[in-house]
Amino acid sequence: MPFLLDLFAQALNGLSYGVLLFLLSVGLTLIFGMLDVVNLAHGSFYMLGAYAGLTLIGVTNNFWLALAVAPVAVGVIGVLIERGCLRPLYRRGPLDQVLLTFGLIYLFEDLVKWIWGGKIRSIPPPDLFAGSVTLWGATVPSYRLFVIVFGLAMAVALWLLIERTRLGAIIRAGVFDAEMAAGLGINIQRVFTGVFAFGAALAGLSGVIAGPIQSAQPPMGATILIPALIVVVVGGLGSLKGSLVGSLIIGQAETFGKVWLPGASMLMIYVVMAAIVLLRPHGLFGRPLK
Amino acid sequence: MIPRLILAAALVAALAAFPLFAGNYPVKLLQEILIWGIFAMSLDLLMGYAGMVSFGHSAFFGVGGYVAALALLKSPGPVSALLLPAAAAALAALVIGFFSIRVSGVYFIMLTLAFSQMFYAVTFQAAWLGAEDGIVGVPRPVALGLDTGRPLQFHLYLVAVVTLAALALWRIVRSPFGHVLRGIHENEPRMEAVGYAVNRYKLLAFVIAGTVAGLAGSLYTQQVGSITPDAFLWTTSGEALLMVIIGGTGTLGGAVLGAAAFILLQSMVSSYTERWMLILGLTFVLLVLFAPGGIVGALRGRIGIRS
Repeated sequence: MPFLLDLFAQALNGLSYGVLLFLLSVGLTLIFGMLDVVNLAHGSFYMLGAYAGLTLIGVTNNFWLALAVAPVAVGVIGVLIERGCLRPLYRRGPLDQVLLTFGLIYLFEDLVKWIWGGKIRSIPPPDLFAGSVTLWGATVPSYRLFVIVFGLAMAVALWLLIERTRLGAIIRAGVFDAEMAAGLGINIQRVFTGVFAFGAALAGLSGVIAGPIQSAQPPMGATILIPALIVVVVGGLGSLKGSLVGSLIIGQAETFGKVWLPGASMLMIYVVMAAIVLLRPHGLFGRPLK
Repeated sequence: MIPRLILAAALVAALAAFPLFAGNYPVKLLQEILIWGIFAMSLDLLMGYAGMVSFGHSAFFGVGGYVAALALLKSPGPVSALLLPAAAAALAALVIGFFSIRVSGVYFIMLTLAFSQMFYAVTFQAAWLGAEDGIVGVPRPVALGLDTGRPLQFHLYLVAVVTLAALALWRIVRSPFGHVLRGIHENEPRMEAVGYAVNRYKLLAFVIAGTVAGLAGSLYTQQVGSITPDAFLWTTSGEALLMVIIGGTGTLGGAVLGAAAFILLQSMVSSYTERWMLILGLTFVLLVLFAPGGIVGALRGRIGIRS
């Protein structure tokens, strides 16, 4: 049974990576669906979250506090960016947004190098999950299990928020047709800011959680951006369900690519994405663009 | 028309004569600007004219660069330096374009991105292409009657190739074909209704742009003497995209101005401070907020000319 055991352990690895991607891509997909902005700086929020977490843990020595506070800090940065930079651009073409968010990638990456230095830094996992557990004969770091459970719990919470609350209904209305929602008396500008900040905070949260698994280094934001974008496209722009399913698929594709095709592992996620886009041009759960 | 021609000829002469008046470093910068200039121009043909925003243009730059490296190591002649890289890039563009033009908008951006990253992934892991170290020690060719191993002759050769490529692109956007592309940009369903085989035009534009990008990649390999997988990286596409946007889309000359602004800014700022990425990023942000339309747009606004 060693083959099955290995398969199981790898599937768990893929699941924990997929969960990280989900937290990132859910913000990306909502921001696109609602604001019509491809936020290239979304990976920067992830990086900022990881570094904010690093500092908070260094100061307070408390992982949980960092997990709670770092996303808030990143969310505040998100508010500033939406209000200060993106708002004037909504009426212009998408290229201006590309230039702006691309510029933000440079800006944040260098800022992080300036403040924290360019070296690889690792975030220690919390004491509670420092060890590993044996699960049906496979040894798994308990922190990874925590990530999986936490991420899936977040997915459920997000689903409840978006599908079952009044706020969620407003967000869905905004994604479907922002202008119409505004016409119905919703303060869509405030919702835009809220969604952007919320997405940024989730990316920051993802960064803190990723810290103990992938460690923090300045290019991490640019590196994670591409898989996150791929998830959004595979799942379908603006779809929460798509973001979850896409994350899980890409997480597994990446992990099993490394195991089974070490010579072409990096190729896997692109092949998966190209195949899905060609078979279903709007992604798995997306609807045709306006 | 005639003064314009004279102006263009004077510009080319000035570019060619530049090494007589300037040191090694400025010449190297100028060559970089010329190479990235035609790369950005080829992307502008897609973005600014056909309205196809590609985030995977590095695929053709890289293919051209790698094919040139492999071929020049075998035989350093004009076929290896120009013909093979351009042909290979055209072929790559034909295949990638065939799939990518079926989707549009963000999906087109992402599909082209995915294809270019596939090349990155393959070259990064392929031992026979030097994996992540790439191919080094590539000799410069003997081409157009010039021994480009010598700096001045290489410069002349580079200026000649870049000028020809730029002329070709300039001619293309002013041809009936170029106008059809602009029509597709403005209103694709209408062009289709009028009877144009829209997809065939799009594919042809994609292949032409890819070919010129491959040529740029080949020149890059010849200038630097090596090529690494980073040529395929999405940031290469992103930088070309920035150059086009900075310069102003849909104005071939703007792409070159954008390339010049980008490269000069990068080299100037990085010689003063280690924090050049910060300054560059900040510049882009401010540029978007306060100078929409790019350099050409700003110039037009100042002088009061309309396109």
